[in-house]
Amino acid sequence: MTATAGHTRSETDQAAPRRRRPGLVVAGAGLALVAALLAGVWVGALPLPPGAVVVTLLDRLLDPFGLHLSGGLDGTHEAVLLQLRLPRVLLAALVGAGLAVSGAAYQGVFRNPLADPYLLGAAAGAGLGATLVIAYAPSQTLGPFGIVPLAAFVGALVGVGCALALGTAAGGSHTATLLLAGVAVAAFLAAAQTLVQQQNTEDLREVYGWLLGQLGRAQWSDVVLVLPYLAPACLVLLFCGRALDVLAVGDDEASALGVHPGRLRLLVILAASMATASAVAVSGLIGFVGLVVPHIARRLVGGSHSRVLPVSLLVGAGFLVLADLIARVVLAPAELPIGVVTAFVGAPFFAGLLWVGARRR
Amino acid sequence: MNDTTAQAPPGGARVEVVGLSASYGRTRVLESVRLTVEPGGWLAIIGPNGSGKSTLLRSILGFHPHQGLVRIDGVPTTGMPRRDRARYLAYAPQTPVLPEGVTTRDYVTLGRTPHRPLLSAPRGVDRQVVADVMDRLGLRPLAERPLATLSGGEQQRAVLARALAQQPRVLLLDEPTASLDLGHAQQVLDLVDRLRRQDGLTVLSTLHDLTLAGQYADRLALLSEGRVVAEGAPAEVLTPAALHTHYGARAEVVAGPHGPAVLPVRAAD
Repeated sequence: MTATAGHTRSETDQAAPRRRRPGLVVAGAGLALVAALLAGVWVGALPLPPGAVVVTLLDRLLDPFGLHLSGGLDGTHEAVLLQLRLPRVLLAALVGAGLAVSGAAYQGVFRNPLADPYLLGAAAGAGLGATLVIAYAPSQTLGPFGIVPLAAFVGALVGVGCALALGTAAGGSHTATLLLAGVAVAAFLAAAQTLVQQQNTEDLREVYGWLLGQLGRAQWSDVVLVLPYLAPACLVLLFCGRALDVLAVGDDEASALGVHPGRLRLLVILAASMATASAVAVSGLIGFVGLVVPHIARRLVGGSHSRVLPVSLLVGAGFLVLADLIARVVLAPAELPIGVVTAFVGAPFFAGLLWVGARRR
Repeated sequence: MNDTTAQAPPGGARVEVVGLSASYGRTRVLESVRLTVEPGGWLAIIGPNGSGKSTLLRSILGFHPHQGLVRIDGVPTTGMPRRDRARYLAYAPQTPVLPEGVTTRDYVTLGRTPHRPLLSAPRGVDRQVVADVMDRLGLRPLAERPLATLSGGEQQRAVLARALAQQPRVLLLDEPTASLDLGHAQQVLDLVDRLRRQDGLTVLSTLHDLTLAGQYADRLALLSEGRVVAEGAPAEVLTPAALHTHYGARAEVVAGPHGPAVLPVRAAD
C-alpha cells in the first residue's frame, strides 16, 4: 500500500531539528535583556561599580514604600547613572524593541523576509521632517520636547500615509502594489530630503548625524515622549501574532478562514508604523535591527508569529542596548553613530545566518 | 455555542448556485451558472482551461465579485459575516501557500480560526479537534515537522486536515490533485471520498482529470466558456460528442465499474 509506505518514510525521516521550547526561549531572551541593560548602565566613559548600581536602582524602586538601602552610589556617580545612563539605556531598549517588532510585523504582513520597518516610506519621511526643521527651525522647542523628534515623527507617519493612500488607490489591498507605492514615496521623499540638505550645507553634519542614528543625547523627556506611542503600538502588534499566522496562508485562504486580510493588514501596518515613527523620532535612522532581529527570532522559535513577535521584541531591545554600549566604548571618549554599529555587527551576523541556513537545507 | 460540534461533526449542507455571473474587468467569465449539490454529494466541475472553474469556486466562496445567489441549506451567503461563512465552507486552493517554518500541527490549527476569537490562543476543544483530524489523516507522525519538509502528498493531506479542522459542512477543493502523481492523486481522492461518506460532507471540487472526475464524483458539471453546458451523472456528461465539442478532443469513453474512464485517441493519419 502506497499510503503506509509514505508513512514509514516520513517517520524515519525525523532529521528536522526539534524546535526549542518557546517558553524557555522567551525566558532566556528576557534574562539576556536584563543582563544587557545592566551592562549598559555599568559600562561607559565613567565606569560605575556594578554592585552599587544595583543597590542604587533597588533603593530608588523601593523609595515609594519608605524602604532605604545603604551602599549606593555617591552624588556624581548617581547623577551619571540616573540622568545619563539610565534614560539612554532604556531608550535604546525601547527603540530596539519597537523596530524589531515592527520589522517582524512588516515581514509577516508582506510575506517577505526582506521587509523592514522603513519599507513604506517611514525612514524617508522622518528624514525629510528632521532635515527640514534642522535647516529652517533649528532651536525651536515645544514644551519640554525638541522639535526634531516631533518633525521626524510626523514625517514618518506622513510617508507611510502617502504610501498607503497611493497603494490603495492604485491596487486595492494587494501587497505588491503597496510595496511599489512605498518604493515610489520613499524615493520621492528621499530626493526632497537631499534637496533641502544640499541647500543648507552648513547643517550637513547635524543632519548626517541624525540620519545615522544616535542615542547620545537621550534624556528622560525622550523616554516620556515615545512611550505613549511605542508601548500601545507594540501591544497591538503582539496581540496580532495569531492573526498574522492566518494571513500567512494567503489572502484567499485567510478569507476562507473568516478573516478580512485587507483590514488586518491595515491595522498591523498602522501599528507598526506608529512604533517605527516614535522610535525614529528619538533615535534617528537606526538600520538593520528591524531586518535582522526577526530572522534571529524565527531561528529560535520557528515561523509562527505568535512566538516570533514577542521574541523579536526582547531580542531587539537587548541587541540595541548592546549596540549602543559598543558605540560608546569603541572610540571613547568619542562615539560611533549607533547605526554604524548595528550594521557592523548585524551584517556579518546576518550573513552567518544565511550561511548556516543554506547549509542546513 | 459551537463547542458541542467537536464530538459530532454536522453533516453536509445543500449548496445552491442560482444565476451566478462574474467578470474579470470587462470580460464575462461566468454566465448565469446554476448548480445544485445535494447534502453529502460530490459535484465535480470539469471543463477546458479558462472555462471559469476556479472563478466559480472563488465566487461561491465570496472572494470574487459576482451577481446571482449562493445558498447554503437555503441561507443566502450574501451579507453573511465571513466568520459564519467559514463555519459552513472550507476551501483548499489549487496552489496552497505553505507558510515557512510552521509545523504541521500549527498549520492544521489555523483551521480553528472561525471557531475561536481571532486574537486568542487555541482552547482545549480546538486542540482536540486538531488531534482527531490529524489522526484520521495519518498526520500524527508529522505533527512537529515543518510543513516545507513534507512531501507533496503529505502537504496536500495537511491542507485537507486544515480544511477539516474548520468542521465545515461543505468542502470546496480547487484541483486537489493538481501537483500529485497518479498514485498520490488517488490516495487524496480516496481520502476525500471516505471523509464524505463518514461525515456526510458535501464536496464541490474542480478536477481537470476527467477519468478521476468520472470515477469519484457522483455528479459532474461541464463548464464551457462560462456556462454550464451539461450536468448530471458522470456517464451522461462524459460523452465523446461533448468532449469533442467543448474540449476539441478526440476521445473514447469506456464504462468502468465505478464510472466512465476517458481514453484519448490519436488522430488517424
